[in-house]
Amino acid sequence: MNQVAEAKQEIPASPKARSNGFFRRLAKNRMAFAAFLFLVVIHIVVFLGPLIWNVSPEKVDPINALAGWSLEHPMGTDDVGRDVLSRMLAGGQITLLVGFCSMFFTVLIGGIIGAAAGYFGGWIDTILMRFTEAMMSIPNFFLALVALTVLGKSPMMVILVIAFTSWMEIARVVYGETLKWKESEFVEASISMGSKSMRTLRKHVVPQIIPSIIVSSTLGIAWAILSESAISYLGLGIQPPTATWGNMLQGAQQYIWTSPILGILPGVAITLVVLAYNFLGDGLRDLLDPKYQKK
Amino acid sequence: MLQFVIRRFGQSIVLVLIVTIITFFLMNLAPGGPSSMMRMDATEAEREAIAEQLGLNDPVIVRYGSWLINAFQGDLGLSLSSGQPVLDRIVERFPHTFNLAIWTVFFSVIIGIVLGIISAKNRNTWKDHLINFGSVIGLSVPSFWLAIMFILLFSVNLQWLPSSLVTGDSIWDTIKMYIMPVLILSTATLPTIVRFTRSSMLEVVSQNYVRTARAKGLKERTVVYSHALRNALIPVISIIGVLIPRMLSGTVIVESVFGWPGMGRLIVEAAQARDYNLVMGVTVVVTILVVLSNFIVDIIYSKVDPRVKNIG
Repeated sequence: MNQVAEAKQEIPASPKARSNGFFRRLAKNRMAFAAFLFLVVIHIVVFLGPLIWNVSPEKVDPINALAGWSLEHPMGTDDVGRDVLSRMLAGGQITLLVGFCSMFFTVLIGGIIGAAAGYFGGWIDTILMRFTEAMMSIPNFFLALVALTVLGKSPMMVILVIAFTSWMEIARVVYGETLKWKESEFVEASISMGSKSMRTLRKHVVPQIIPSIIVSSTLGIAWAILSESAISYLGLGIQPPTATWGNMLQGAQQYIWTSPILGILPGVAITLVVLAYNFLGDGLRDLLDPKYQKK
Repeated sequence: MLQFVIRRFGQSIVLVLIVTIITFFLMNLAPGGPSSMMRMDATEAEREAIAEQLGLNDPVIVRYGSWLINAFQGDLGLSLSSGQPVLDRIVERFPHTFNLAIWTVFFSVIIGIVLGIISAKNRNTWKDHLINFGSVIGLSVPSFWLAIMFILLFSVNLQWLPSSLVTGDSIWDTIKMYIMPVLILSTATLPTIVRFTRSSMLEVVSQNYVRTARAKGLKERTVVYSHALRNALIPVISIIGVLIPRMLSGTVIVESVFGWPGMGRLIVEAAQARDYNLVMGVTVVVTILVVLSNFIVDIIYSKVDPRVKNIG
């Protein structure tokens, strides 16, 4: 364990040198690097695309409903004549943002619970980790459905419900890491020099855990995007006319026999983005986790 | 052993209680309280009358208490949307979900272990990479979308498989009915079992007793199947316990797409109808189901691996 700590401290202090090495190593893992590039492109297209393709995603045109592709509508139109391309872009923004924000709250909840349990130990540990185990062994999706029905379907609510039903994995990762680093010499040194426990936790333990958190959050975004689409499919997610890839799929389901393209496009988009986040997460784990690095 | 069983049982009961408390109080967080869950066209007086009749004017804690006492006696109340006893509606739906779940566990455990072994034995070859790639794809595709695409391909275009629950005459009809839902539901469980089996196999293969077996000059087959595999499969049992809640969550989606009259669809219907007794009923039954299967998995685990008892 201490060897790992030493190895970590040997990383060059200059942040620039460190990040250069990081990207070079990421480039070596071709799958993860391809996924990373793909995600960069997708984010640029989705967030900057509407500047070029400035057709309103919510403008209804029933006469041209369910039209095929044309110059005016490169991806055709949906059941009420809205332009599919602009809805794909606008929907992508919401889907990616929901994924990112859900991941943020997931990490926040899981991180605090895991770090507190691992660092303070004793009865705090027992209560928090038993609670985590309990939350892991119940069918969360049932609770999520009930919560969304009762509390409303605003984007914020969707984000919070996803976070509150998926923080457990991260809590366990952070818990394990905190236990590991708590015993290390530099943490002991910090405590023996009279540092308060919050300061020790923040200054010495948390930085060590960050690689694991990065990996978990990358995989967490993938999970959150999938959850959002499943919730939307059941009609409990973010409501139209605001587009998300998930609710576009729900809307397309009725017309899937006549206009399959409406259902295929958002589904392919979700799959590719989730796939990319999963590959990136796996690649980052190989990269950042010393356990995998040595092999 | 008995002590282990008793303690595990106690934990299970606490878990079920926690879930019922969360669900019950969640539903009472609704703006306007539970009476807002009733029909929108009800007049104020009607609301009052129904609220009085259902005891909704009592404090939440009192209502939870009486719900709990009734539930312990097997009375989950009446469904607010249909007027039938909640338990009857659940019993009617239960077998469909149960069959779906059992077949999915069966399918994904067998196929998952086989793929995991192939992957581990051919580490870092194209077979391993292909299986790994397939697992990541399985974890990345939205299951309802895959289901719709399957229906589009196998039911509409090729007309091989039925797109929903139909009562067939022959066994073959029944099997055909299950193929797509089981496959879709397996995408949530299969990749995890494959990965788990793979890493467990790789770990066991480097153990001393496997090296000893090899050194004795045993055939590679004997080493893999009777020395390594047995030990590698022990942790795989434990992952099944983790996968059961995930799979039951998956039934909500799969049952909705395939029009399967099971518990997963029932909770969606109940939530949409704001049928608050039914939501409680389904949640508690599903939780008991999960806790019970976890309990069984743990007992099997401790039987297979004597080391667990001391830690457990």
